[in-house]
Amino acid sequence: MSINHSNTVSRINSPKTTYQYDEFDKDFIRERVAEFREQVRRRLEGSLTEEEFRPFRLMNGLYLQLHAYMLRVAIPYGTLTSQQMRRLAEIADRWDKGYGHFTTRQNLQYNWPKLIDTPDILEALAEVDMHAIQTSGNCIRNVTADHFAGVAADEIEDPRPTAEFLRQWSSAHPEFSFLPRKFKIAITGATHDRAATLAHDIGLRLVKNTSGDVGYCVIIGGGLGRSPFIGKIIREYVPRTELLAYLEAIMRVYNRYGRRDNKYKARIKILVHEKGIETIRAAVEKEFATMDHTAFQQDPQEFERVAASFVSPPYEALPSESSKLTKARLETPAFDHFVSVNVSEHKIAGYAIVTVSLKPINGIPGDATSNQMRILADACDRFGFGELRVSHEQNIILPHVKKDDLFALWQTLTAADLATANAGLVSDIISCPGLDYCSLATARSIPIAQAISQRFSDMARQRRIGKLGIKISGCINACGHHHIGAIGVLGLEKKGQESYQITLGGDPGFSASIGEILGPGVSADQVPEVIEHLVDFYLAERHETEAFIDTWRRLGHARFKDVLRREGEDGADI
Amino acid sequence: MTKFKHPQILLASNLKDGEVVFLGPTGWERDFRRARIAKNQEEAQILETIGKADYSANIIVDVYLTDVEIAGDGTPRPLHYREKMRIKGPSVRLDLGKQARGALNEH
Repeated sequence: MSINHSNTVSRINSPKTTYQYDEFDKDFIRERVAEFREQVRRRLEGSLTEEEFRPFRLMNGLYLQLHAYMLRVAIPYGTLTSQQMRRLAEIADRWDKGYGHFTTRQNLQYNWPKLIDTPDILEALAEVDMHAIQTSGNCIRNVTADHFAGVAADEIEDPRPTAEFLRQWSSAHPEFSFLPRKFKIAITGATHDRAATLAHDIGLRLVKNTSGDVGYCVIIGGGLGRSPFIGKIIREYVPRTELLAYLEAIMRVYNRYGRRDNKYKARIKILVHEKGIETIRAAVEKEFATMDHTAFQQDPQEFERVAASFVSPPYEALPSESSKLTKARLETPAFDHFVSVNVSEHKIAGYAIVTVSLKPINGIPGDATSNQMRILADACDRFGFGELRVSHEQNIILPHVKKDDLFALWQTLTAADLATANAGLVSDIISCPGLDYCSLATARSIPIAQAISQRFSDMARQRRIGKLGIKISGCINACGHHHIGAIGVLGLEKKGQESYQITLGGDPGFSASIGEILGPGVSADQVPEVIEHLVDFYLAERHETEAFIDTWRRLGHARFKDVLRREGEDGADI
Repeated sequence: MTKFKHPQILLASNLKDGEVVFLGPTGWERDFRRARIAKNQEEAQILETIGKADYSANIIVDVYLTDVEIAGDGTPRPLHYREKMRIKGPSVRLDLGKQARGALNEH
């Protein structure tokens, strides 16, 4: 059942700046839709039991949650076209409840699909080269990437061609469809890690060797969840042509030695931790040295074909400064704040990268209505060559906006409640859906995010505080990345009540670290107050522009713990 | 079965649409107020038996008993906050889920 295309208006002259599915890709996802349609039919008629059907629905991204099914749609390396964004909006309206939730894996989740409608939803996605394959299950999941890929001023090389290569390699890979546990890969090509590569099963960084050739620094064994670990470098440099073979060797070692007797010890991070990186490195290098590389040898021509899909749009030759922008900033303080906070440096003179925050004060982090999705699609057609990105921080990026157009874009966003100038600030909170939706959650996380953002609703105060990452998870599985938040919040159940454990000192970047527990859990009501005390202490102690994490590292965890102890003694009941 | 401590109701998810349903006097209900209440272990076992049969008949999935207290009007109220959430809908979107409908709806 296809969607009427009359509503799917894409910009005719919009250049193709992302990978375009070829017939092989299209056939693959169409076949999967047909296969799943048949599986659903057999489930509904009763010839498949739930035990038999469950792995099939999970392989197609369909979960059963607290109130309904949930469909997780893959957004490979976080890149979307305006046409795809419009289709996501159409699906939200037709088969869901008019909104979607952008996740920390750069995916989108619908919270209310019916099982009987899911094949039609997947067909509608396939029409725009999208799917939900491998967004669940013990397989290689959607490969995530730096959301500024291809446009960042600090980039060595665009990581998306490699990410696309990995998508093709890992999709329905017969050897890795039944791994001991799920497997997540992230890649960055920049000198700042915006992809949390050290918190993934495999993290890849594009680097240059001494000859100037671009290859990959390969990191393994990172991950959050019940047992958080920072990844370790297994090889400083792997040539581009050898990457697939090297990853194949890692996956084979993991597949062979990863534990299958205990799901809590089945991730590669546990294998690396228990055996040691040296042992794992030796096993991988042995496999790499002895395996037949023929099938994995990268064909430079094929890489060039894929890389050519990620061609830069036809930028205009512009001066680096825009007098139009300067004038608008002087005349409109709110716009000036937006530019200061949500606009990043672009590699091309006269252009900028715009972060559209999905974290309005008191909003639900990562949620966008279908109307907002359409406005974003229209905005990127008008101002950004028809391309969008989803960040793992649950925001939307317009990667190619002329500085001259920033004010007009801001006006458009403001009208749609999409211009909150808080990217990276204290109210730009990462939050999983928590117990409001998720069947695994032990506590709610969204109301905590809302309460914190309300507590810090004064935007001038937020700017004074500066960059500060708060991340909230509603259970130990850590989808909200709380371990790597400068301030992390973990929702747990304690004696039949929701209780929140706070951690400090987490860092998602190249200097990654796992946060340390502040003390006993606190109630939901107390979380904003505790965080406010911590922030006030930081403001009093920081050196000039020192970030929260740096002040915490300089002063030490005990000093921050003392703050709360003193507040408790003063009767604050913390 | 664990030791019976509180009255219980049986809840599950409807196979076709995933909505939370409650075993009522004559079938699966979408409003918790119509749930059949087990007041002792034997009654709870009867509910469980019906649930297992309907699970096998591919009517419902994810079926389990949950503890409740009985309100003044005789209707059940879940004791755990997780099930309190399930009978209503997301606490952050009062316009969605069962709480948005209000009226009793039969399965």
